[in-house]
Amino acid sequence: MTTATSDAAPRQKLRDDDPEANLRLNPVKVAIGILGMVVIAWALGNMFLAFGYYPEKFGSKLVIGVLAVIGGVGGAAALFYFLNMFVEGLPRRLSEGFIPYAFVLPGLALVTLMLIYPTFQTVNYSFANSDSTAYIGFANYRTIFADNAFWTSIGNNVLWLLIVPAIVVALGVVVAVLADKLSATGEKVAKSLIFLPMAISFVGASAIWGLIYAYNNPGQSQTGLLNAIVVGLGGQPQTWLAISTAKLNSILLMVILIWLQVGFGMVLLSSAIKGVPEDTIEAARIDGASELQIFWKVIVPQIRGTVITVFVTVFILVLKVFDIVYVTTNGSYGSDVIANLFFNKLFAASEAGQATAIVVVLLVAVIPLIWFQIKHFKDEEAG
Amino acid sequence: MATVTFDNATRQYPGNPVPSVDKLNIEIEDGEFLVFVGPSGCGKSTSLRMLAGLEEVNAGRILIGDRDVTNLSPKDRDVAMVFQNYALYPHMTVADNMGFALKIAGVDKGEIRKRVEEAAKILDLSPYLDRKPKALSGGQRQRVAMGRAIVRSPQVFLMDEPLSNLDAKLRVQTRTQIASLQRRLGVTTVYVTHDQVEAMTMGDRVAVLKDGILMQCDSPRRMYDHPQNVFVAGFIGSPAMNLMEASVTDGGVNLGGHTVPVERDALKSAGKNVTLGVRPEDLELSDDGSGIPVTVDVVEELGADAYIYGSTEQKLLASTGETGGPVPFIARVDGRRPPEKGTVIHLKPKSGHVHVFNADSGERIGD
Repeated sequence: MTTATSDAAPRQKLRDDDPEANLRLNPVKVAIGILGMVVIAWALGNMFLAFGYYPEKFGSKLVIGVLAVIGGVGGAAALFYFLNMFVEGLPRRLSEGFIPYAFVLPGLALVTLMLIYPTFQTVNYSFANSDSTAYIGFANYRTIFADNAFWTSIGNNVLWLLIVPAIVVALGVVVAVLADKLSATGEKVAKSLIFLPMAISFVGASAIWGLIYAYNNPGQSQTGLLNAIVVGLGGQPQTWLAISTAKLNSILLMVILIWLQVGFGMVLLSSAIKGVPEDTIEAARIDGASELQIFWKVIVPQIRGTVITVFVTVFILVLKVFDIVYVTTNGSYGSDVIANLFFNKLFAASEAGQATAIVVVLLVAVIPLIWFQIKHFKDEEAG
Repeated sequence: MATVTFDNATRQYPGNPVPSVDKLNIEIEDGEFLVFVGPSGCGKSTSLRMLAGLEEVNAGRILIGDRDVTNLSPKDRDVAMVFQNYALYPHMTVADNMGFALKIAGVDKGEIRKRVEEAAKILDLSPYLDRKPKALSGGQRQRVAMGRAIVRSPQVFLMDEPLSNLDAKLRVQTRTQIASLQRRLGVTTVYVTHDQVEAMTMGDRVAVLKDGILMQCDSPRRMYDHPQNVFVAGFIGSPAMNLMEASVTDGGVNLGGHTVPVERDALKSAGKNVTLGVRPEDLELSDDGSGIPVTVDVVEELGADAYIYGSTEQKLLASTGETGGPVPFIARVDGRRPPEKGTVIHLKPKSGHVHVFNADSGERIGD
């Protein structure tokens, strides 16, 4: 109601000047708008082509970078300015309905170009041969389903999914609860230290942990921290990442991801735990609950939303896990995962058809999860 | 049901030089409704939380019945508490909220349901048992918090400003409901409020605290008629009691040239000056020009009565010749013939209704 009335006032004013000014088509505005958009698009297109084809003309890469930022941001602004002029030039009834779409359209077009089109193309290629020149039906799927490496990867991925998100959430909660009990400074220091690995890239972290798991022959001094400890305690050095018994190597790789992600879980869960009203905890204490009961029956239900958010976010991250396996074992010793298998099929074996088929399987597997996440977010919004 | 005893109970927060609750001594009888009242920071909530077990007791003891609970955890004290913000568990239904303590105690499900339903009936909550707290109004949430306490049939109810989040009308209604409910259940209750009207209307006895020290603990009537010190005199009663410095003369106290008769024995212990207190309703207009001259600033007409807010410029400390500044003065007069704004009236205290306090210690002198 209030917005309607406040909107009505300026409109009334416009009509005072020229009662029908914005009801009719304004050809000048429409023309300038279209012309402006075309010119901007043309200019931007040429600019970026020039960056690509004649980089030497610009002197240094820095100049290109600065120009690209100015041209990109300014160009987008100018494009929207002319788009707006064009829409405003349209008859009133048309422009009012059209405005939201006009502004969403460029973004939507980019999403389509960068996400939706590749998705369909990938599905398309999964039915084609190794260099995507001819369709071969379901042959790729038959090949990968008959391949042991594929099932090992699927099995490993499932194991990663079962272990990593759960442990990240559990450790995140434990760290958050314990940090909460420290002094203010202690909490800051502890949280910073635990959060720090978040800033390390997957490749960097894998290299670091590669050193921890490193193996030297018995008798030599051990580079690897783990083997150094084992030898120090009188044991034999082990080739840790080659031990597939009980999936030990996969689990050791998971440790890397857990180390990277616990900080993320901790930060979110810690703020959620701090958001639990203190008096509900006191009420539970008076109601006779033990500290453990308070944790499970009062705190956890109140941070359930955050737990799910952290879990699903890490879950999706784990589905995409690639770098860690690629850097450490590159999938050998039965530690392969789907993303790494895909990479090797595509770039090492040049099997584009099988590679795309593998990711299509992954895509199909992820859909229910994304659906669940969207539904959860909607429930959170509504609730 | 049980008595509650604070025996020199003291709470001092680390890093704080003075105790927040200092040697509190109160004996609360079985079934009594005791109200802690005082300005914010006086230690009333801390005292309650010490009794609940949410706050450590640094010195002294707290007993429930004959049991020393000083070092027991809250769950072993058999007390139920109603919090200011109700502290309902947001993820549980009303029924689950009320039955939580019983569930923790391992009471059988049917029994829990029965007791929850009984409490819900008493509190008019039966239609809401399956709702979550956020789907309830403020008043309903307050009743759920009450219900959670009732269901447990504890030895002591603790209530920490349970009405302060309700609107004025509901607060008055609920005030009566809580008081009558407490009489009916007969459970010893300790209630904290900053509102002295609440304290006076609800409590069997009222304990006034200031800076962690118990000022007085008495029945509302006694508290009103016999404030033990200047603080209680000024805190209890609305509008507040008029308090002013006055000099001791022969046979009484000189107040602006008017001698207020006070027993000679009582004045023996006082020095040259005392603090005199008169309640607004204990003043009457004098016709002969004697008494305290008061310039009327504001007249509040309440129908039956009218309150006069004025000030007096009188030389209050005649003995030293010191002149006090303008002293605010409140008096209740007949609502049908209130004086005009701006006029000067003369007011005399009714005899026997003057409170005399030691000017230095603030303690009451005489009866």
